[in-house]
Amino acid sequence: MSQRVLSPTAPRKTAGVAERTRPSPRRRAVDAAEKAWRPLALLVVCFGAWWVIAAAGWVESYLLPTPGATLDVIVDKPGYLWDHGWVTTYETLLGFVIAVGVGILSAVVMVYSSTVEKTLYPILLFAQVVPKIAIAPLFVVWLGFGIGPKVLIAVLIAFFPVVISMVTGLKAVDPEMLQLSATMGAKPWQTFLKIRFPASLPHLFSGLKVAVTLAVTGAVVGEFVGANEGLGYVILQANGNLDTPMLFAGLLVMSLIGVVLFVLVEIAEKLLLPWHASRRDTGATTTL
Amino acid sequence: MTTVNDTTLNKSGTAPNKSGARADRTTATATTPAVRLADIAVRFRTKRKDVTALSEVSLDVARGEFVAIVGPSGCGKSTLLKLVAGLLAPSAGEVALGGEPVRGPRRDIGYVFQRAALLDWRSARRNILLQAEMRGLPAAAARARADELIRMTGLDGFEDAYPHELSGGMQQRVALCRALLHEPPVLLMDEPFGALDALTREQMNVELHRIWRETDTTVLLVTHSIPEAVYLADRVVVMSPRPGTITELIDVHLPREREYAATLATTEFHEATGRIRELLGAAGAHD
Repeated sequence: MSQRVLSPTAPRKTAGVAERTRPSPRRRAVDAAEKAWRPLALLVVCFGAWWVIAAAGWVESYLLPTPGATLDVIVDKPGYLWDHGWVTTYETLLGFVIAVGVGILSAVVMVYSSTVEKTLYPILLFAQVVPKIAIAPLFVVWLGFGIGPKVLIAVLIAFFPVVISMVTGLKAVDPEMLQLSATMGAKPWQTFLKIRFPASLPHLFSGLKVAVTLAVTGAVVGEFVGANEGLGYVILQANGNLDTPMLFAGLLVMSLIGVVLFVLVEIAEKLLLPWHASRRDTGATTTL
Repeated sequence: MTTVNDTTLNKSGTAPNKSGARADRTTATATTPAVRLADIAVRFRTKRKDVTALSEVSLDVARGEFVAIVGPSGCGKSTLLKLVAGLLAPSAGEVALGGEPVRGPRRDIGYVFQRAALLDWRSARRNILLQAEMRGLPAAAARARADELIRMTGLDGFEDAYPHELSGGMQQRVALCRALLHEPPVLLMDEPFGALDALTREQMNVELHRIWRETDTTVLLVTHSIPEAVYLADRVVVMSPRPGTITELIDVHLPREREYAATLATTEFHEATGRIRELLGAAGAHD
């Protein structure tokens, strides 16, 4: 994204030059700790409460296993959870990627053709109202027990935030920027590639963050309805056997997948849009 | 209604007022005007009613001339610039740029908006070079020209900074460089310094005037500031409130080289600004 054109002559760095200071690693670690300690403290309290309630026997162990028992399951059967977790991750990613591709494409078409927008947008909004979880059994009937229905549900759930955020982003472009582009004699594809698309990326990424977590939900719902692998299947099996430690372990792994995918999207955003992230974080400007 | 005066450049002597009557311009020669507006009217249709933004506007701008346009808010000053750029078509009348009728967006102009309208993800230099990329100008020559403009506008040392790292004045300099990169014969500026603080604005005025002298570009500047208009322009177009018409054309009899403080102290400067204030005040009183 940020290729820099280096000048043939070395830029003269005079006093008052805009300094793009990067915080030192130490400073960043302190900042991270500053941000993280409160939620971490709350989590520790919750785990502590769970531990106390389970260990004290106030709740039967088949209803609420101790954190220790849950961790034991993860440690005892790492291969089992890993394999099924991987299946869910694969379905999620496939669904997410398809949703992003189709979502961006539909958004671009809708923004550039008002006929398509007028036709498609109301239907999209209406389709969003239909609970996709309720259609899941139908997909299993149509597509069988394979990966198909899981990916399809993930796509359908993740699609909406991608389209909406991309349409918003493409429309949020400064109209003066587009007029300027017209006076430059820019061709429509140039305006799109150099102005509209990059300008829409911050909006798109906020949609992607929502979409990626929803994609996990979609894949797991697909597995609930009919599957013989994946974390949804693991949870359903454990539920049937009243194997609550395994149920909790499945939940834990599933949440972990969601968190990791979310963080990956955030990292991609930071790498692709450094200008956006830095503008959000610090408002430091140089004076004239 | 204010008096309508479709005075063109060489007829400014017919204007029924003191300062206009003294005018006898020599800059306008036999060559075709850089910008010609002939009997322009612009009407917008909104849901409730039709709005006439401009009516009976005629103006010739000579090559290399600096014309400032002042008038109350909503009198169609910006619309005028958009007409010249071909971003807007007039409901009636003819717009010509360099003798050629304007039919669509024109490439042979530079446009500066009130907001700098820079791309956040591009450094100052690459924002300037956007102009060259879109036009497909040879890269090496464009880069040399960008460096020249960066020096001319005092952006040295800031060329690799991103817009969010630049002050408003610096951002506007980048926008100005971008507008000048392809050496346009006509530069259109729509309140380019409106968002700047008074001090920065004065500095930018001085610099813009110097750049104009050095480049010999025809400039049309829309502004709210009467001193700015008089300090910079050869001629000031005073417009009436909606529907916008040209109330009067005022010739500024100041030397080409204008030292800022000294210019502001001259009687000519005071007469011109006084006259414009009078006209705008009178126009405002009608509402």
